[in-house]
Amino acid sequence: MNWEFMGRYLPLYGEAALLTVRLGAEGIAGATLLGLVCAMIQYYKVPVLRSVVTGYIELSRNTPLLVQLFFIYYGLPKIGIPTNAAVCGAAGLMFLGGSYMCEAFRSGLEAVDPMQTECACALGLSRGQIMRHVVLPQAFTVSMPPFMANVIFLLKETSVFSAISLMDLMFTAKDLIGLYYKTTESLFLLVVFYLLILLPVSLLGAALERRLRHAGFGT
Amino acid sequence: MRALGLEVLFKGKNLARLLGGLWVAMKISLISVGLSLPLGLLLGALMTRKNPVCRAVLRCYLEFVRVMPQMVLLFLVFFGSAGIFGWNISGELSAVIVFTLWGTAEMSDLVRGALVSIPAHQYESAAALGLGRAQTYRYVVLPQAVRRLIPLSINLITRMIKTTSLVLMIGVVEVLKVAQQIIESNRMSSPNAAFGIYLTVFMLYFLVCWPISLLAKRLEKRWG
Repeated sequence: MNWEFMGRYLPLYGEAALLTVRLGAEGIAGATLLGLVCAMIQYYKVPVLRSVVTGYIELSRNTPLLVQLFFIYYGLPKIGIPTNAAVCGAAGLMFLGGSYMCEAFRSGLEAVDPMQTECACALGLSRGQIMRHVVLPQAFTVSMPPFMANVIFLLKETSVFSAISLMDLMFTAKDLIGLYYKTTESLFLLVVFYLLILLPVSLLGAALERRLRHAGFGT
Repeated sequence: MRALGLEVLFKGKNLARLLGGLWVAMKISLISVGLSLPLGLLLGALMTRKNPVCRAVLRCYLEFVRVMPQMVLLFLVFFGSAGIFGWNISGELSAVIVFTLWGTAEMSDLVRGALVSIPAHQYESAAALGLGRAQTYRYVVLPQAVRRLIPLSINLITRMIKTTSLVLMIGVVEVLKVAQQIIESNRMSSPNAAFGIYLTVFMLYFLVCWPISLLAKRLEKRWG
């Protein structure tokens, strides 16, 4: 282990990690929003849009992110849609994550007993109020564990960003291996930085799950 | 057709080459699936044992492999084996090693989950009926666990197939690499090839994974 070499390239890894986290956060935020919209469409059984959502979910769940990114980044400009790497990365993550998030939210919404909405209706709550005060709080506790699992999954998926020439952790590691043949050091830093990003999220997910286990209504 | 760059597909043997590339990726994932399903069953069964040493070791392995992105594992095996130990392992072999390690970890967790999900009273009732340990597993636990396990492991297969696309990054010539080559060599005659070819690769992956997902969903519904 060459500690001096590692010290010299630590800032480079730091920057790359920041890029990974930033694009990951953007993509995950987008995916959460998209997933929520899709889950609502499925929950209220909106005609037409519902089959669009089903088609999107099947397409996005059954193809790898790498292939989606290649299509978005290299394919779309050919039909006149300009792209840039960072936007593509986040958009690709959003396209992939939207379907996984939708499933997480849908399972939560479905877990709420129809009796609950009927009772709320009988109490004179409007549709919006039922969603806001009755359904969502209960659905949230059910959706939380799969939601956190998806966040970790999507953060891991960001590792393919180097394929569309984003200078993320994988790109930096490969670059340093190619330039200086310092394989051990480069790989060690790579693992350390991914652990620094992923372990806290993973621990947070486990802690949330423990807390929410007792929060389910009537279970 | 021309504007979308789809005509390149029908030029020469381009479509056959793409399918050949897909087969390379499928071969890697099928070998890894074939190895990791039985290994995962074994490890999963071991994880329900009470032995603390055995559990701690398995847990460390499981957590590390599951928390690391598969790309990082590929880099560790592909570049690490050459740089640290001086072994020259081909991209294909590294991919099989990594996906087997990863698939085994995922599978063992599914197996553990399925075994743990069998309520304790099932074991107790079996014991009360005078069934031996082997009989309990053979007639009571396994039939129930397997029903939960099969849809989940079919899902794992589609995940492994999708993850195989990463081998592009360690220099294996698979479907995306072939797509790049086709686009490069037709750069002059059809500048829009990137759209059509990558769309085709996208649909190819979809056509492979979709039926498998549908099967998993159907089995889940039937046995759920």
